[in-house]
Amino acid sequence: MSDADMATPSSASEDAPGKKGGITRRKFLTFSAAGAGLLFGTGYLTRGVWRRYLAGYINTAEVPYQGSTDPSLWFEIRADNSVVLYSSKVEMGQGTHTGLAQIAADELDVDVARIRVAHADSASGNVDAFSTGGSTSISSLWTPLREMAATLRETIRVEGARQLGVEPSEVTIEDGVLAAGDQTLTYGQVVEAAGEWEVADTPPLRDISEYRYVRQPVARVDLEEKVHGAPIFGMDAEMPEMLYGAMVRPDRVGARLVSADGSAAAGISGVMQVVIEDDFVGVVAETFTQAERAKEAIEVEWAVERAWELDDIREMVRVGEGTPYVIQKEGSVDDALASGDVIEAEYTSPIGAHAQLEPGVALADVTEDGATVVVSTQVVALTRREVAKALGMNQDQVNIQPAFLGGGFGRRLHTPIAVDAARLSRAAGRPVKVVNSRKQEFQRDTFRPPTHHLLRAMLGADGSITAVEHNISSGDVMYGSPMIPNPVAALIGADLGAWRGGMIQYGGIPNHQAVSWRVELPFATSWWRSLGLLANTFAIESFMDELAEAAGRDPVEFRLAHIQDDEAGRRLRAVIEAAAARAGWSNEPIDGVAMGFAASTDARTPCAHVAEVSVEEGRIRVHRVTCVIDPGVAVNPDQVAAQCEGSVVMGLSAALYEEMTLSDGVLSPTIYGPYRMALLRDAPQEIDVQILENADRPGAVGEPPLGPIGAAIANAVWRLTGTRLRDMPLQPALDRALNA
Amino acid sequence: MIVTLIINGTEQTVDVDEATPLLWVLRDELGLKATKFGCGRSACGACTVHLDGEAIRSCSVPVSAAADAEVVTLEGLGTPEAPHPVQQAWTEEVVPQCGYCQPGFMMAAAALLAQAPDPSDEDIDRTITNVCRCATHVRIRKAIHRAAEIGASSGEAAGEGGDR
Repeated sequence: MSDADMATPSSASEDAPGKKGGITRRKFLTFSAAGAGLLFGTGYLTRGVWRRYLAGYINTAEVPYQGSTDPSLWFEIRADNSVVLYSSKVEMGQGTHTGLAQIAADELDVDVARIRVAHADSASGNVDAFSTGGSTSISSLWTPLREMAATLRETIRVEGARQLGVEPSEVTIEDGVLAAGDQTLTYGQVVEAAGEWEVADTPPLRDISEYRYVRQPVARVDLEEKVHGAPIFGMDAEMPEMLYGAMVRPDRVGARLVSADGSAAAGISGVMQVVIEDDFVGVVAETFTQAERAKEAIEVEWAVERAWELDDIREMVRVGEGTPYVIQKEGSVDDALASGDVIEAEYTSPIGAHAQLEPGVALADVTEDGATVVVSTQVVALTRREVAKALGMNQDQVNIQPAFLGGGFGRRLHTPIAVDAARLSRAAGRPVKVVNSRKQEFQRDTFRPPTHHLLRAMLGADGSITAVEHNISSGDVMYGSPMIPNPVAALIGADLGAWRGGMIQYGGIPNHQAVSWRVELPFATSWWRSLGLLANTFAIESFMDELAEAAGRDPVEFRLAHIQDDEAGRRLRAVIEAAAARAGWSNEPIDGVAMGFAASTDARTPCAHVAEVSVEEGRIRVHRVTCVIDPGVAVNPDQVAAQCEGSVVMGLSAALYEEMTLSDGVLSPTIYGPYRMALLRDAPQEIDVQILENADRPGAVGEPPLGPIGAAIANAVWRLTGTRLRDMPLQPALDRALNA
Repeated sequence: MIVTLIINGTEQTVDVDEATPLLWVLRDELGLKATKFGCGRSACGACTVHLDGEAIRSCSVPVSAAADAEVVTLEGLGTPEAPHPVQQAWTEEVVPQCGYCQPGFMMAAAALLAQAPDPSDEDIDRTITNVCRCATHVRIRKAIHRAAEIGASSGEAAGEGGDR
């Protein structure tokens, strides 16, 4: 990411935020017209900072917020005393907008119901330079947003006191209304009557115990829109005179365009334009259906150097192939495992698709002066940069308007479809909406990379682990993505995304190490909710059960015995003990139902699962999952639970069923159904979530509960059937074992 | 081709290619955006609407097949002021996350409840095969049972709708 990305549109340096910055009423009211100051000087994101940021992102989710903290860019107080919170973080289902509204309401002193949350356009200057992702939105904004809200409250108090002719200390505030004696003024009235005003010093923040909304199960702020089908998604965006575009893509991995002939397509009803510019082949038509039809009619020749097979990929993704990086080292594993009975096991995970329901979509309107793009994206700043570059414009000529996302899961951490729409719009001279077909969405996904894991360990005479080593081979997660240019990748070393969850969390084991092997695959692999966590936890936590079995010990007791006594260890211990207690942990199957246990720590959030599983005529059924998570302060316990429920079932789906295959260079399946995902009939009857809050601030929520589910299920299946499933997806693995 | 449709109780006339999927007529000709495009091949259920009371996947039904039939979309099921029991239950249980698949699920649930006012989990699991990637499965099941209760207590079958 270049320094230029940090530059918010900076037309007016005199508007720069500051304690005495003279922010005017107009800026509050006409937020989007206001210029924005530079929060960070250019050069802020030096590589060293970028590297530290990434490390923080992966390890702790405690990352600095990478955008403006000017309250005038975040809040609009309207004359009717309602409040609009302009969020630089996009809402993709994770509930961030609701959490932000709660956090703001508690320092702004307004009823949360009067806060409407909207996405900030990039032209407003309120741009997150990084992304919405990594389970960092609430944690990174926890302090800045409270400070902005409190500063705004005090600014209004001071201005309101001036208007009332009293001292600020005489003004009390309740639900957006100032009172002094028998006089009252609403925030809306104060703002309306304000001229130039001075921004107050940021007051001390309140104690969490004083908050009315934080830690309450407030209903989602977008609930009504979503229950009544409001047109809030990128797919729903419209502009006058809008056309539809479709892009031609190859079916085969690594295909290069040789030639394209659009003459047949040009004759199809409704087709406005066939656009062939170098390797860019697209079509613009009046309707979606016509664009799709015309796309198929473009005659294209592709060249493919190699027809890849899945076995080729499997051979590449092997521990021992590629480049190794030691990512964790304590004691000397090599010495400890040099002689004696080494216990060893290998695990694998497949290529996984995002399969979010809303396909990639962008609507662009490009004129000579600039471009407006409505897009479902997790990366506003990156998308703005890419569109500007493609059009040869300055970034301040491009306004990215993020829409609600019909699912993110990391799929939209790169959205070049915005560039496609912009190029087609420029060619057609009208607004153009481009929609990926479902086939394109599957074939051109940025997949969860396949992995191979080699676990080795030794048990001491007392049945405890003396040494353990985790070797991971994985396709890239961060690398190869436009957010991590190669020079930065070289500085970082191992792919932080691939080894997320790959370190040994049991610090009580005297010798432990983890090694990450990087392999570059011929197709794009990238961010998939929780990155490497699902596969790495599947391997490590399955192996922990294998070791417990070898030691003749109960798997829960065995885990607890290897936890170190520090803060992370105590938090992990607490979720493990709580999950076992809540589920009524039993190491023996009861009436054909076995429990499986697993735990993980991701971005400092520990989580433990107990899966209650049966195998009926060879079919793995998960009846109930107990999930205990400790994210620290749970801003919205109901939405924390929702994220746990979603993670459990998404993880169950990936662990039991999902896999992409590759044959003759073609990735498939390309449709739901053949790409088998968990339907209602596959979901547990109950997911029982318990939230612990053993930290004094909010931490990661959206991804950590995906970690343990695969191992928890596999451990239960072993207990039931005696078959140890070491390859995801587990259901086909069991089918193979039963048929062998 | 001129096609007459009865959408949410109102007669509408559109002039489109007869092979155009009903989904795109609803979305782009009539501006009813609640019905979603997910896969275009009847595989995900995001485009579910009612055609003469039955849940169908509108991405794969040509508009000509809907001529003169009663089509109900989520917009016709209920309003924030007068929600359908399914919508009320979805609100009470806070079902949606991203929300993109939810209109299809709600339409499928409303059709199920019209046939089976008090469905079992097995009825639900067998009948509704829509895809939800946020994985709101457990809340969806809960909400369907809740909608059945609301429907029973209000004395009307929860599955009816379209005339509001």
